[in-house]
Amino acid sequence: MTGVLSIRYSDEQLRNLAARARELILRTAHHVGAGHVGGSMSAADLLVSLYFDELRIDPAAPHDASRDRFVLSKGHCALGLYVVLAMRGFFDEAELTTFDQGGSRLQMHPDMTKLPGIEMSTGSLGQGLSAGVGMALGARLGGPASTSHARTFVLLGDGELQEGMTWEALHIAPRYRLGRLTAILDHNGLQQYGWPPRAGERGDRRDPWAGADLAATFGGLGWRVVDIDGNDITEIRSALARTRTADPTDPPTMIIAHTRKGAGVSFMEMSIRWHTGAPDDAQLARALAELRETTTDHGEGVPA
Amino acid sequence: MSIAMREAWGTALVELGRDVPELVVLDGDLGTSTKADKFAAAYPDRFLQMGIAEQNLVGAAAGLATTGMIAWLSSFGVFFSHRALDPIRMLVAQTNANVKIAAGYTGICFGMAGKSHHDHADLAIMRAMPGMVVLAPGDAAECAAMTRWATAYEGPVYLRVARDPGPDLPPAGFELGAVRELRSGTTAVLVSTGSQTARTLQAAELAAADGLDLRVLHLPTIKPLDEQSLIEAIGDAPYVVTVEDHSTFGGLGGLVAEIVSGGPRPVPVRRIGLADTWVESGSNDYLLDRYGLSAEAVAAQVTAIAEELS
Repeated sequence: MTGVLSIRYSDEQLRNLAARARELILRTAHHVGAGHVGGSMSAADLLVSLYFDELRIDPAAPHDASRDRFVLSKGHCALGLYVVLAMRGFFDEAELTTFDQGGSRLQMHPDMTKLPGIEMSTGSLGQGLSAGVGMALGARLGGPASTSHARTFVLLGDGELQEGMTWEALHIAPRYRLGRLTAILDHNGLQQYGWPPRAGERGDRRDPWAGADLAATFGGLGWRVVDIDGNDITEIRSALARTRTADPTDPPTMIIAHTRKGAGVSFMEMSIRWHTGAPDDAQLARALAELRETTTDHGEGVPA
Repeated sequence: MSIAMREAWGTALVELGRDVPELVVLDGDLGTSTKADKFAAAYPDRFLQMGIAEQNLVGAAAGLATTGMIAWLSSFGVFFSHRALDPIRMLVAQTNANVKIAAGYTGICFGMAGKSHHDHADLAIMRAMPGMVVLAPGDAAECAAMTRWATAYEGPVYLRVARDPGPDLPPAGFELGAVRELRSGTTAVLVSTGSQTARTLQAAELAAADGLDLRVLHLPTIKPLDEQSLIEAIGDAPYVVTVEDHSTFGGLGGLVAEIVSGGPRPVPVRRIGLADTWVESGSNDYLLDRYGLSAEAVAAQVTAIAEELS
């Protein structure tokens, strides 16, 4: 297939693309007046690294059998995925203005029957990893719409990790030794409302998994666990690159990506206020000014 | 006496597996009960034991479908229609996934189980699910024909598979949506589905002794049904009685009432089935008697309806 990227981006270029993704997330949410900004921002570096560096995909042939698959299990963060799909050429960036509007292919939650590039419809939490298990099994079993080399990546939210169905999938994936399945946990530590912090804890809400040893838990179930800073492009690339050499019958990989909800904009970071909701004019201006300071691309990347 | 539907389903899958390499079976640790174990013995590489985790089983099937595989699912119906309902809704129905749900142990005749395992809302739930094909075979041969049809069909299918053998219906293949007239008659029309049809047919013979000449229609397809055919088959009958081993809320009775109420003339519809209740443990005979679904009990209810409406 033609989807293997011939361009290798530098870490700096990917960081600039992530800043551009954050800008488009905020501009789209501002334009439409809706969207799950916080979780889209926490995952922006992961999504950019996947779509611009790791996934073997071809926007011109979105159903090519040999493509790698990506499932956004935390489907409420579709805004972040749409932005990256647009930047990657699956559709024109102008279509982002239709997000969550009547007749749009860009539904509030991803719909694979409407938009090419969406591999599974999600939005009811806790279901994406099961679909990924099936995709990995199908690749192994010779499914005619896949190839044995196709890899499957599933992005999970730490909030949706509370759903029991996720644990059903976490149990079965190592049992079948799905070496070409990689789960990525966007561990931003916040959900929509959650629990108040205990005495001495920082932030306005408590990490839903505070006190739990997730790495040991996943490892105990049989996953190969990698622990990274999920807002650090260099660490993300390194973790994703390791999945390329996995034998198909190796254990599946779980990348625990420690992220910051709302990452990239100081007043949005680690606040449940920005789980969902659109910035107003002044907030958008402040946010874009901050993003400009973090990018080295002052061309078309983040306009003044 | 016929073989059981579950035996016919398992045997049909083994036959299909020879010519359909994409066919896989996902089991929720009930393969020895549902008879998915036949497929497991024939094609161990394409039998995927998914454990006691029905939500994941359904989700994995949806993922498999995206790779071009055809997944048949093996568990008890209640664990699909209730426990795994949301992944069926989200990942199978909304995506129009090529997934086939074999809902084992459905209907009334699998005694010694009780309310945890008896589901009599599955037809109502599944027929309200956009895009879902809902099939309720009347005997083992029809179940096998439906299994072959569903495997060739591209899209989600819910197939109601009974556990225990029952009387055979007159031989026929399967045609999606068709209405089957199994007995002619002029007094009134009985409409039935699934494994209840055989008992409804027997009830019509019993009622003949009371002077009732009852037409019996069998609806093997709950959705999509050829509604015009049903209206024509009812014809100028003065009233219709639906009989189902399912709730009288929203299943076959609801379906027929909806269609008839939109038809060319008003026709009273009376519904026999399980009402607002839960199913106890007990033998099949006990359950059929307890819930008024034996041939004798149906005949008595129809006779009472006839007296009321004549």
